[in-house]
Amino acid sequence: MTLIGCLQIIIYSLLLLVITKPVGFYMTQVMEGEKTFLEFVLGHLERMVYRMSGVNPQEEMHWTTYTYSLLTFSLIGALFTYTILRLQGILPFNPMSFSTAVAPVYATSMTPDLAFNTAVSFTTNTNWQNYSGENTMSYLSQMLGLAYHNWISAAVGLAACTALIRGFARQSVTTVGNFWKDLVRSLLYIFFPITFVYSLFLVSQGVIQNFAPYTVALTVEGIKQIIPQGPVATQEAIKMLGINGGGFFNANSAHPFENPTPFSNLIQMLSMFILPAGFTYMFGKMVKDTRQGWALLAAMFILFILGTFICYYFECRGNPNIRVQHVETSTNVLGDLGGNMEGKEIRFGLADSALFATITTDASCGAVNCMHDSLTPLAGLIPLLNIQLGEIIFGGVGSGLYGMLIFAVLTVFIAGLMVGRTPEYVGKKIEQKDVKMAMLFVLAGCFSILIFTALGSVLELPNKSSINVPGAAYNNVNNTGPHGFTEILYCYASSTGNNGSAFAGLTGNTPFYNITSAIAMLVGRFFMMIPALALAGSLVQKKYVPPSSGTFPTHGGLFVTLLIGVILIVGALTFFPALTLGPIVEHFLMHNSKLF
Amino acid sequence: MLKQLLPAIRATIILSILTGLVFPITVTIIAQFLFPKQANGSLVYNKTGQIIGSQLIGQQFVQPQYFHPRPSAAGTGYAGEASAGTNLGPTSAKFILGQLDDKNTKDIDKSFAGIKQLSENYVKENCLSSTELPPVDAVTRSGSGLDPDISQINALYQARRIAKARGLSLQTIASLIKKHSQDRQFGILGEPRVNVLSLNIALENLDHE
Repeated sequence: MTLIGCLQIIIYSLLLLVITKPVGFYMTQVMEGEKTFLEFVLGHLERMVYRMSGVNPQEEMHWTTYTYSLLTFSLIGALFTYTILRLQGILPFNPMSFSTAVAPVYATSMTPDLAFNTAVSFTTNTNWQNYSGENTMSYLSQMLGLAYHNWISAAVGLAACTALIRGFARQSVTTVGNFWKDLVRSLLYIFFPITFVYSLFLVSQGVIQNFAPYTVALTVEGIKQIIPQGPVATQEAIKMLGINGGGFFNANSAHPFENPTPFSNLIQMLSMFILPAGFTYMFGKMVKDTRQGWALLAAMFILFILGTFICYYFECRGNPNIRVQHVETSTNVLGDLGGNMEGKEIRFGLADSALFATITTDASCGAVNCMHDSLTPLAGLIPLLNIQLGEIIFGGVGSGLYGMLIFAVLTVFIAGLMVGRTPEYVGKKIEQKDVKMAMLFVLAGCFSILIFTALGSVLELPNKSSINVPGAAYNNVNNTGPHGFTEILYCYASSTGNNGSAFAGLTGNTPFYNITSAIAMLVGRFFMMIPALALAGSLVQKKYVPPSSGTFPTHGGLFVTLLIGVILIVGALTFFPALTLGPIVEHFLMHNSKLF
Repeated sequence: MLKQLLPAIRATIILSILTGLVFPITVTIIAQFLFPKQANGSLVYNKTGQIIGSQLIGQQFVQPQYFHPRPSAAGTGYAGEASAGTNLGPTSAKFILGQLDDKNTKDIDKSFAGIKQLSENYVKENCLSSTELPPVDAVTRSGSGLDPDISQINALYQARRIAKARGLSLQTIASLIKKHSQDRQFGILGEPRVNVLSLNIALENLDHE
């Protein structure tokens, strides 16, 4: 590790901690329905959206109504995107004629299973991509089919989490808020203004924003080079801020047109964490004890910084198999351009790549600025483990905090078991039903990840089978040996966790992977969101119990330590066996120069 | 659930128009006005006005009188329509030792240069002494396959070859590298680097002077 590399990580962390409170304060204002300074610009638009959608924003909803609205809206959104993708050949904004008879030779066709996978992927905020944007998607598909969900799925997550916070904050009522109001207010007052400024900033750094067909350049050596174009900046901005992660191009944030400079990289990394960090403050503010929010932030931050330095350390140590081929890799000589540079960009180097890889998997983003498949084994374990822990280390917009709150509930439950008291969290008694919902949340994730990985690792299918052309499901890997297993494990962890980053060597565009990973995404989104909303519905009816001398305080160091312990123990117990078969064994084999 | 259906459909229509059309089109108009060069791909033109590439997108150079970029996994090398990394893991034999073409499949070229071949080639091309090792960025492929930059040390190792091919002094080339090196942004962010296209264009201009 280098001094300047560590310094960059520290600068990032400080910036994050500084903006947490103002962002959280503003989010609280918006979600509590208070007037903000943007009211005079966007107020009319807000009322117009309610009117044209035919909803009454004042109507308070029971948690079941809230959930129905959310599910119906998500379903319509998925159908909408599926339709656009399938019809992109005859729709406008398609200068490269994808999905038509005159498509360029490098184009990929938009098959029904690919369109299904993609529609589910973007609806569930996963943004797992079994296609390469630059040779598959028309500009309309990108903007209206995909980026639409970058906005919406983030706003839906934000709404669901707000409902859960209301479960803790309100007492003795039955309603958790109005879904449409939460959706529209977060879109208009949080996502719109930030994305607007952010997009223009990205363009200033070199991100493209146009509707032109691809440019053909004649290079200095006289070769033809195709330079892709498109409305990238707007999609890039909301992709990062909404923690979606689906790149306009195949290479995602490693692509110079998505992430051209170290400064754009810093802002992209910050934008993945600002909303989930702000959410912790908003939680504290709404339950009228900001210390509760800071405690959750502390647990998140500790896990984040640990992961970052582990990932960074192993990338700096590099790969001995490269070194023996007479290559200079020492970071003492090359600084942050030594170590393991496979799959990394020069402008970012090791520190910014390791930091980005950790952030994107702590958050449920999945954008990448280096190829995770080419990370050294234990550095690659960190993103994988981050996803498996449930993406609660900051996490997705909303989904991060509601995941963390579920672990907080489990922590007080376990602490309660140890001392034999009914557990309480921020003034609410945690009872049987609440713990059941919390456990359902945890189990749904493990089940989907492990069962599908097992299936992908053993399923035999005939060669050139119609559901998987390479034959057996394990033939789709790009690397053999333990690394191949990790590719499959990462695929289902990422889709269940709604992350969307990949060990991208895996050939995912076959009906088998398109369909199974789509199911994993649906389980990961809705079997986690619905228990969280049910928990909200249960908590909101309870009375506030003032803390007594026997109450376990949930804002101090002891709680933070316990919470981290519970997260790591649940994660380790569930996934350690699978991890030993993948990255851990590969680490030892790599140091013994074993190649596959 | 049926009661929620109509609002869901209506909200989808209006919100998709706002976020999916109005927003990107508005931003495009503003961006084209404020930052026309960047918004259109930071394109680089030659003296006759032809597009020769983009400042941000790496391009292939194989001739000895030019600086060479890093190896690339994008298509056959720096294919702008096919950005990609190798996605090969640290224990992949293909990645380290390379792969020969399969003679049975005539239409597909399966040959792949591993770290071993890339390292040997680099040493030979640039006549490195036995104590000089190729820097790791010169033998690894970037994540995008379109990395426009190389490390300064990589550029310096290539300088001898270029000086010989162009009949220029080593010092001229070294000072050119220095002139075209970019430091960390604001002195702290990212890594110091050299843009290969800028450097090669500067080399060409040197000849014309």
